Amino acid sequence: MKELRLMKGNEALAEAAIRAGADAYFGYPITPQSEVIEYLMAARTEDRTGMIVLQAESEIAAINMVYGAAGCGKRAFTSSSSPGISLKQEGISYIAGAELPCVIVNVVRGGPGLGTIQPSQSDYFQSVKGGGHGDYKLIVLAPATVQESVDYMKLAFELAFKYRNPVMIQSDGIIGQMMEKVELFEQMPRLEPDYEWATTGKKPGKPSTIVTSLQLESEEQEKVNHRLQAKYREVEKNEVRYEQFHCEDAEYLFTAFGSSARITRKAMEMAREKGIKVGLLRPQTLYPFPSKAFYDLADQLKGILCVEMNAGQMIEDVRLSVNGKTRVEHFGRFGGVIPNPDEILKAFEQKIIGG
Amino acid sequence: MAENLIKPENLVYKKSGIMTDRVLHYCPGCGHGTAHRILAEVIEELGIQNETIGVAPVGCSVLAYYYFDVDMQEAAHGRAPAVATGIKRVMPEKYVFTYQGDGDLAAIGTAETIHACNRGENILIVFVNNGIYGMTGGQMAPTTLIGMKSSTSPFGRDIKTMGSPIKMTELVAQLPGTYYVTRQAVHKPANVRKAKKALKKALEYQKLNKGTCFVEIVSNCPSNWKMTPVQSNEWMEENMFPYYPLGDIKLPQDENKK
Ligand SMILES: Cc1ncc(C[n+]2csc(CCOP(=O)(O)OP(=O)(O)O)c2C)c(N)n1
Repeated sequence: MKELRLMKGNEALAEAAIRAGADAYFGYPITPQSEVIEYLMAARTEDRTGMIVLQAESEIAAINMVYGAAGCGKRAFTSSSSPGISLKQEGISYIAGAELPCVIVNVVRGGPGLGTIQPSQSDYFQSVKGGGHGDYKLIVLAPATVQESVDYMKLAFELAFKYRNPVMIQSDGIIGQMMEKVELFEQMPRLEPDYEWATTGKKPGKPSTIVTSLQLESEEQEKVNHRLQAKYREVEKNEVRYEQFHCEDAEYLFTAFGSSARITRKAMEMAREKGIKVGLLRPQTLYPFPSKAFYDLADQLKGILCVEMNAGQMIEDVRLSVNGKTRVEHFGRFGGVIPNPDEILKAFEQKIIGG
Repeated sequence: MAENLIKPENLVYKKSGIMTDRVLHYCPGCGHGTAHRILAEVIEELGIQNETIGVAPVGCSVLAYYYFDVDMQEAAHGRAPAVATGIKRVMPEKYVFTYQGDGDLAAIGTAETIHACNRGENILIVFVNNGIYGMTGGQMAPTTLIGMKSSTSPFGRDIKTMGSPIKMTELVAQLPGTYYVTRQAVHKPANVRKAKKALKKALEYQKLNKGTCFVEIVSNCPSNWKMTPVQSNEWMEENMFPYYPLGDIKLPQDENKK
């Protein structure tokens, strides 16, 4: 049965987590995402599904609580915004190294430093290139709507457990704060699985289970890395998600993710009204990146404008993807400023058509 | 000849079944080995091997999971109480313990320690205080004594610039969330027996869901104190115990009344 509601992005995400059968949430307040923990606390999750919600003493503690719960095979998640996500990076690296499943939500705000509480996309590098130490990858989902915030929450848990890997939902202050109509999926049961990798108490006759990211022998640590890399290749093969608009006959291309893709879509429509054959490619997974989609389109394109609410981060992956086959330029507003379709169109005409 | 002696009736001591056969990597004379052993014995005596989940720290005991034959997680430096919180909250019926050094628990992990205790997490925290960073080669710890030399206080710990040694155990005893707080040692048989009793009580209390149990074990570090094991134990008695006096600091309410 369809359940339609008008909801704020952050609240929708929290509701989706409960419905996805999450076992535990650990978090620390920060604008613009505090509604996640506020919603969960108000929802009396312990009565509703048995889900644990705990306000930790810091983002560092929160991510390490997630480690502990995830190590027991439970569906654990945390959320924060940019400065708090920076604090979580050591823990995220440990989770990736110990190959534990979990979901981390980043409702991005402008930086660097304390920055601003206004929306931004300047954490692309941190999410996609590994904000913590070591060769690891997060699966990164970038919702552009409140509906996608809901859908990706469910998907994130599925992918996290499929690959035993942390999944990041990279939202931003626009999507987190705005209200839209959403269709909620039905409550899923909380699972009681018994994963062999989870520390749930030693089984008689079996060796004890260890959750660790430590491997002191170099050759052994290299093997761990090979295993991780093989997993990432699988993820790249199976999990690329993106959306294309008007790409069939496109001579030019816009690309953008998350909320800037919504604004850019408007700019694309305005350009189409002027008779310019331009499309839009919106990556929904930032890792794995839709490299092949860009590469395949590149031959028919005279240029790509990458629109981001940052100083130019995803553009590096777009350039790597097209590998010089077409020109790629960047347009960005940052520090919490949201671009409007007019200025995007103007930048497109100047940098791509006129450039 | 020796074979004749190996008979069950001649057995006066045997290795706990909770200790694996792996050779301990600890230095000769280090207290970690004894602390491991008595914790293992307690888990065995309580019959909770299959219901216990341990959390190893970063420090000399980072590989504790090699030695305890129970399910374990290895936490980031200082975060063991947060990891243990995550475990205990999703599996409240299990016995959960952390095993941490003083750098781990009282420096980088101070916030996690205090807040886990303040929330009254129903876990056991075993705190091995050797007054130094053992694993990284003998740097100053928050618990390093005044005037004590380490590789980062080569002329002795100076209060003016380095502050005073922190008494974490007294500190957490102040928090309503802690249920049982005690300080023990494992350098002599009588102390080993007492420390073991304390650990046993602490794990038994976990069933009551009354709050955090915190057991400090004042210990030595012959290698980084640059002493023989015997010298280090004497030095510990003469210098560590006056500042970190042994004994119970907080007893469960009803036991206090007796
Ligand atoms: C984030 C981080 N910082 C520093 C270190 C290096 N390090 C490893 S163990 C340790 C100190 C351990 O000392 P203690 O907790 O007293 O335990 P001991 O080795 O004496 O048993 C340090 C600083 C680390 N592994 N991670």
